[in-house]
Amino acid sequence: MHAEEKLTYETWPAEPEKSTLEAKNKFLGFWFFLGGETVLFASLFATYLALKDKVPDSTHHLAKDLFELPLTFVATMLLLTSSLTSVYAMYHMKNFNAKKMNLWLVITLLLGAAFLVLEIYEFNHYVHEFHHTFTSSAFGSAFYTLVGFHGGHVAFGLLWITTLIVRNAKRGLDLYNAPKFYVASLYWHFIDVVWVFIFTVVYLMGMVG
Amino acid sequence: MANSQLNSGNPRVDIEYRRKKSAEEMRHHVVSFALMIFLTLIAFAAVAIKGFSAWFIVPFILLLAVVQVIFQLYYFMHMSHKGHEAPSMFLYSGVLVGAVTILAFSTIIWW
Repeated sequence: MHAEEKLTYETWPAEPEKSTLEAKNKFLGFWFFLGGETVLFASLFATYLALKDKVPDSTHHLAKDLFELPLTFVATMLLLTSSLTSVYAMYHMKNFNAKKMNLWLVITLLLGAAFLVLEIYEFNHYVHEFHHTFTSSAFGSAFYTLVGFHGGHVAFGLLWITTLIVRNAKRGLDLYNAPKFYVASLYWHFIDVVWVFIFTVVYLMGMVG
Repeated sequence: MANSQLNSGNPRVDIEYRRKKSAEEMRHHVVSFALMIFLTLIAFAAVAIKGFSAWFIVPFILLLAVVQVIFQLYYFMHMSHKGHEAPSMFLYSGVLVGAVTILAFSTIIWW
């Protein structure tokens, strides 16, 4: 099979994300990238763990003064649900249903955008209410670098998926764009994987003390 | 899992079979999603209910996070499917290097 072939519901392969050479390379290359991302986030986590609550004097707030459970909980639910909706999108991709795939991707985007809005509100709150900024302490730098890098990944994912939807709006599904959608959904799940560790290590462990 | 060898020679039969398979897989995804939500709820509850010591809560919620990530990787990201040998190697190599980094950084502040 080649990428530009016009396919129908009957001829659509079982694994459209891996049925051309280009798709196979993309799949492998993207997982290699995710291995690298794991190392990147692990070093940011390591830095955060080493610098947590390292502040110059007692006027600075510590992790347990800053974080609030309800906000983190809502953000977690939003991102976790967006992971499920992108699974739905890939389910419809495998069934050669471009319309439903796009619908679920748009829902994923909305949930991701809501998560990002909460995060911006949260950072704004810390800066203005607690004077906890990127330059106020080593703790601040480590916190904003780790959580901000994740937020940046969410923002990039939103742009990526939006671009894919707009670019392929009138084209329908083929073996050229199916791997692109699949790889974007892998990226989105990986963002959720990182968030699971952020809400556990940064927020929950921060509140425990 | 069983999504790779699906050629009976009759395209109609194949499609029916494949649709059923992926519908079944989608049901598994919904179940693993419910489990992930459940694990998250337990982790938040363990912190919200004051009374447990930090020595219990920290390893406990870390364990819950690892379990939840395994669900995410093996079900949502399909690592349980065939043909994920190289992805597993890439990911676990990353995890290994990452674990050493975290170990180094956290022991450095203890001494």
